[in-house]
Amino acid sequence: MSTPSSTPLKAGTQRLIPLNHALPWIIAAVFLLILPYIFDSRSALTIMNQMAITIVFALSYNMLLGQGGMLSFGHAVYMGLGGFFSMHVLNWMSDDPWISLPFLPIFGGLFGLMFAIMIGAFSTRRAGTVFAMISLGVGELVAAMSVIIVIFFGGEEGVSGDRTELLDFFGMSFGPQRQVYYLTAVWLLIAALGMYLYSRTPIGRIANAVRDNEERAEFLGYSQRHVRWISFCASGFFAGIAGALFAINFEILTEENLNLATSGSILLVTFLGGVGFFVGPIIGAIVFTLLQTVLSLYTEIWALYLGILFVSTVMFFPFGLTGLLAIHIQPWKLGKISHLVVPYAKMFIPAVVGVLSAAAVLEILFHARHAGLGEEEMNLYGITFDSHAAMPLIIAIVLAVASFFALVKLAPGLKAAWDEATHMGGAKQ
Amino acid sequence: MSVPAIELRNLEKSFGLAKIIQGVNLKIGKGERHAIIGPNGAGKSTLFNLITGKYTPTAGQVLMHGTDVSGMKPYQINRMGLSRSFQITNIFHNMTVFENVRCGLLWSMGYKYSFWHMVNRQRDLTEKADEILEQINLSSRRNMVAGALAYAEQRALEIGITIAGGADIIMLDEPCAGMSHSETDLIVDLIRKVTEDKTLIIVEHDMGVIFDLADRISVLVYGEIIESDTPEKVRASTAVQEAYLGTTVEEA
Ligand SMILES: Nc1ncnc2c1ncn2[C@@H]1O[C@H](COP(=O)(O)OP(=O)(O)OP(=O)(O)O)[C@@H](O)[C@H]1O
Ligand SMILES: [Mg+2]
Repeated sequence: MSTPSSTPLKAGTQRLIPLNHALPWIIAAVFLLILPYIFDSRSALTIMNQMAITIVFALSYNMLLGQGGMLSFGHAVYMGLGGFFSMHVLNWMSDDPWISLPFLPIFGGLFGLMFAIMIGAFSTRRAGTVFAMISLGVGELVAAMSVIIVIFFGGEEGVSGDRTELLDFFGMSFGPQRQVYYLTAVWLLIAALGMYLYSRTPIGRIANAVRDNEERAEFLGYSQRHVRWISFCASGFFAGIAGALFAINFEILTEENLNLATSGSILLVTFLGGVGFFVGPIIGAIVFTLLQTVLSLYTEIWALYLGILFVSTVMFFPFGLTGLLAIHIQPWKLGKISHLVVPYAKMFIPAVVGVLSAAAVLEILFHARHAGLGEEEMNLYGITFDSHAAMPLIIAIVLAVASFFALVKLAPGLKAAWDEATHMGGAKQ
Repeated sequence: MSVPAIELRNLEKSFGLAKIIQGVNLKIGKGERHAIIGPNGAGKSTLFNLITGKYTPTAGQVLMHGTDVSGMKPYQINRMGLSRSFQITNIFHNMTVFENVRCGLLWSMGYKYSFWHMVNRQRDLTEKADEILEQINLSSRRNMVAGALAYAEQRALEIGITIAGGADIIMLDEPCAGMSHSETDLIVDLIRKVTEDKTLIIVEHDMGVIFDLADRISVLVYGEIIESDTPEKVRASTAVQEAYLGTTVEEA
């Protein structure tokens, strides 16, 4: 073996995070601080909290999928169990509290960690399909148990609690939504920073190595199984924190928090944002929560739109929304981003018309099929018409097809501009 | 004689009915440069896989510094001070060249499964990785993605990752395969440089390289060692001439 150097693990003099790396974090913190002054309605605060929880959950999921190459279909188990346990801790303490609410997520994290240690012990033995199948099995198992063990999971009604019953924290009781927002925001920063720093530790780097080439890592002294297990535990810990934050925000947990649908949607969120980037899950969670909450106000078939978005992301942008942004870095660095402005502007109108008219087709069909008798009248984009008449549908289809053709016609122009913008050196002839 | 670095005792390996390694006995002394040659499909890579823990022997034993390591996992054997390269380039294609080398250093420098060190802050790690990049002539490629390197550079990186951890037994499986003459010369110099004072076990088809590097040569044919001796004696052996060398020695 190598002779250890005289000062083996001496830290350098660099800061924990160099200033240019710290900047995004400072901006994020300031942003989180002022956000509730911009959007101060109760529902806005709820959406932002929901977003923060989804971000923590999605980041923890990406520790498995993006960093560790483990495709899990049962990640909600760790968030859910962390949440249920936090709720029980909250209820158990409510008579004689000895902590205040901001410390509750630590319990959530520890319970998530505990289950990850136990389940990871056998599920991380192999990566790939075996891991995916075990995660699915465990997910189904825990969801089934949640219906059986009523005393712990509360059956259909779930388990609820009162977050204001713990000790006050510097005069805050956490009854008001805004106080809960700040609690959630601080935990979001702590968890996100923790996961970011984790990815830069030896185990974080080796998790990447095992993901890319597990065999080679074994010949460098690392047990692929142990590496996956440790990543899995870290991921379970942060998922548990997300669960506790959910418990604090909604004061109720049900079977829905740990079932396969929730596990599936976090995969969707993470993939949508982009698994290859640290910020990917953050962007995915923001977009997803916005679509889910805002879109569902306007349309009943919002889940269909999410599905379409997901499928098109997988098919056309496998690197997710973040990947889509990231490909613009090169033209930006080359100072040629301006080449793209005109082709993008040209495509903007057909793209918007295309999306809106395609959605109109779906909406009209949905309305025509599902509206009750005598409710043929429908309102779309501020226009009121009869959904059973042929004309509106024909117009929507014609618009959709026309904008599709316009986009196809404009595509070569964009392609040329793109080649030009990513071409190094002077202008191509 | 002191305890050999590697000792194989009646080592056998079968895949189904095919006996690929059939009772190999071999001692490789500490600090020796030992070459294993033999025709395609003789079982050289299989022998490597048995020694390094990728395969478990069907029968027999592998001893490392006198300790029985048969059946141990590759990472356990690596931690005991053995490192290998692969016949087919086996690197982390998506990582930078620098990170590839650093991965080879992490365990041996004591970072193990640490989640309380920031890799970028560990000056010893960065310095050592850069030193190795210098040795393998890839400093200019430091921040390039390994998958984008030219073939010969990837082979050099393969060796860099292998030697990074400072293992005292180095095993190289056809390090010069597919290289031009000038590239081969560079790699041979590199191998000589980085394996000084170490035990080297090398598989290679290029006889020039073998006779240049090796202290001893073992000839493996159909899973059996038919000769194990100094280069001169092996070259002179009629059995070897018949079985193998006769066809290729002139080219060397
Ligand atoms: N995992 C395996 N399963 C089945 N057969 C195998 C396996 N690994 C190797 N073999 C067989 O064992 C024999 C020896 O292969 P090996 O790769 O060890 O030869 P080699 O001496 O390294 O040849 P080369 O010079 O071509 O690299 C071959 O016939 C091969 O098909
Ligand atoms: Mg071989």
